[in-house]
Amino acid sequence: MKKDYKASMNKVRRFLVGMHFTDGFIFKFIIYFLLIIVGFVYVYPLLVMGSFSLMSLEDLVNPMVSQIPTELYFQNYADAWRALDYIKVFFQSLVVTLLPAIIQTFVASLIGYGFARFEFPLKKMWMLLVLLTYLIPPQVFIIPRFILYNDLGLLNNVGAILLPTIFGQGLNSAIFILIFYQFYKMIPKALDEAAQIDGANRSFIYFKIAIPLSIPSFITTFLFSFVWQWNETYQAFIFLGDGWQTLQTRLAIFVSASQGNQVTVIEAAQNEAQAMAGNLLILLPMLIVYFILQRWFIEGVDKSGLTGE
Amino acid sequence: MKKFLSFFAKIDKSEQGKQYLVLFNFIKIRITHSRREAFIGYIFIGIWIIGFLWLTVYPLFMSLIYSFANVTIPGGQGVRIEFNGFQNYIDILNDFQFLSALQSFVIQLLLYLPLAIIISMMIAILLNQKIKMRGFFRSIFFLPVIIASGPIMATLFGSGERAGLLNQTLNEEVPMLLQSFLPEFLSEFVTGMYAHLIVILWFSGVQIILFLAGLQKINKEIYEAASIDGASPWESFWKITLPSLKPIILVSAIYTIVMLSTFPNNRVLFRINVVRQSSFGDASALSWVYSLVVALFLGIVSFILLYERKAKEKKVNMEVKR
Repeated sequence: MKKDYKASMNKVRRFLVGMHFTDGFIFKFIIYFLLIIVGFVYVYPLLVMGSFSLMSLEDLVNPMVSQIPTELYFQNYADAWRALDYIKVFFQSLVVTLLPAIIQTFVASLIGYGFARFEFPLKKMWMLLVLLTYLIPPQVFIIPRFILYNDLGLLNNVGAILLPTIFGQGLNSAIFILIFYQFYKMIPKALDEAAQIDGANRSFIYFKIAIPLSIPSFITTFLFSFVWQWNETYQAFIFLGDGWQTLQTRLAIFVSASQGNQVTVIEAAQNEAQAMAGNLLILLPMLIVYFILQRWFIEGVDKSGLTGE
Repeated sequence: MKKFLSFFAKIDKSEQGKQYLVLFNFIKIRITHSRREAFIGYIFIGIWIIGFLWLTVYPLFMSLIYSFANVTIPGGQGVRIEFNGFQNYIDILNDFQFLSALQSFVIQLLLYLPLAIIISMMIAILLNQKIKMRGFFRSIFFLPVIIASGPIMATLFGSGERAGLLNQTLNEEVPMLLQSFLPEFLSEFVTGMYAHLIVILWFSGVQIILFLAGLQKINKEIYEAASIDGASPWESFWKITLPSLKPIILVSAIYTIVMLSTFPNNRVLFRINVVRQSSFGDASALSWVYSLVVALFLGIVSFILLYERKAKEKKVNMEVKR
């Protein structure tokens, strides 16, 4: 009888604590519990946005309805769609996202290759300066750049975003240069030397050997650049202005305009719901891209040396 | 034409098989392998150097000048600069909105930086355990990186006078819930931390990924060896995991500072934007003061984290010498 009790106690303990704690039930339970709570913090805003944006006027006013709308009401989306001028502004956004992302990827690869493959005087200094460009807050040089672009006639059009990107000074360019630097360092130099002996010149080696090998880095860089450019608002506001609106700036203008002439509580709530619908309309393209290509986003970080050691 | 060009630069071959680059028929440079390498290297990074000098160094220099001057753009073309000494910087002392925003930014940084690193490290360790649906959790934890943009973060956390979505719902409902079953002093503390914790979680998407990548690089055999020697998971965290993550702590600390300091719903930036509409000179002075504060933080953090490593390396070297 006593032996039985002891054996079952042992079994329970083995179940709860496991062989060395990390494989027991308690440990597993704590891990899942924490992960679900933190995951909830990330998903919750999306859910609230979704439910809020689907609420009709009655639901918004009705104090009984706080989370889940009584019916699916898409008028907010229609209003937001019209307010954002979605199709036209979406393509404008796409231009200032896609073009810089493509250019940035190629330029970063070129510069990263230069740093990884060649020995030249002052290399350490230039590397340090590349890192420094990431650390300088953009507010410091935004005014002189504004005046510079004004003189060059680039304000209010795509050029203001493309010019710094072409010269490797775009949004977070330093990170992308580092990614390529890390990657090209890993390719053995013997490969280049073999090609050189066979009579290949430097540009041939870069285009025909280095680029095909670094396709994963290209994809990761392109995706991150794409997402960051899409989400960028600060420079878009200042340099693109009204001349070339993006979805983000258009939404911000819509929100601040609707705040300006709030009359009643009901209208304010309705504006909120429309703003939520607008937010989701902006998020949607990125969410689609992310869920289709998420493997590249997450593995890319592991493989491409974004950790910057 | 060829003759004309060869006046500027031509290649001479001497009898011993040495090549010379001759500039202006006067300067002779011997072409060696390393010099050719350096030249090609500079061609590759040349575009960056031009851009750096033109679009970063020159604007930095100009904004330093503007910060000591009264800047106007008469007629939309050309810039008129009237120097007024330190007047712009003296004006800052009277700009209470900027000073209070800067103060709250510094407090926010001091509070968020350690917490963001600890929390993202903990989450990364959780994600690195043997769990089911790991891919699913990882893709959810990556969401903030994808959707964190200015207007959306403003909707979530509020900007200026407007309260955010998260502040409205989570910050009112959850604390109410907590108050019902926690003692008062504890619930007050938890609700105080709670709002901050959510913001920190939203800011630490990239850091989690960085730590996760770092954790996966640690050799699993080290843990096995340690557990055979009788180390508990707790001990192997302090003796194996933490030391291997040191470099990533530095990287994610820098990342956190840069992200917090440039994020669009930062109140200091908001103030600089407001000032910029009336006076370029004042705004330049403000942004210089602001970036000096940020640089100070970056310097202190990297000094602390690098200094420790250097000290340790020295110790190891001493032991090897003995």
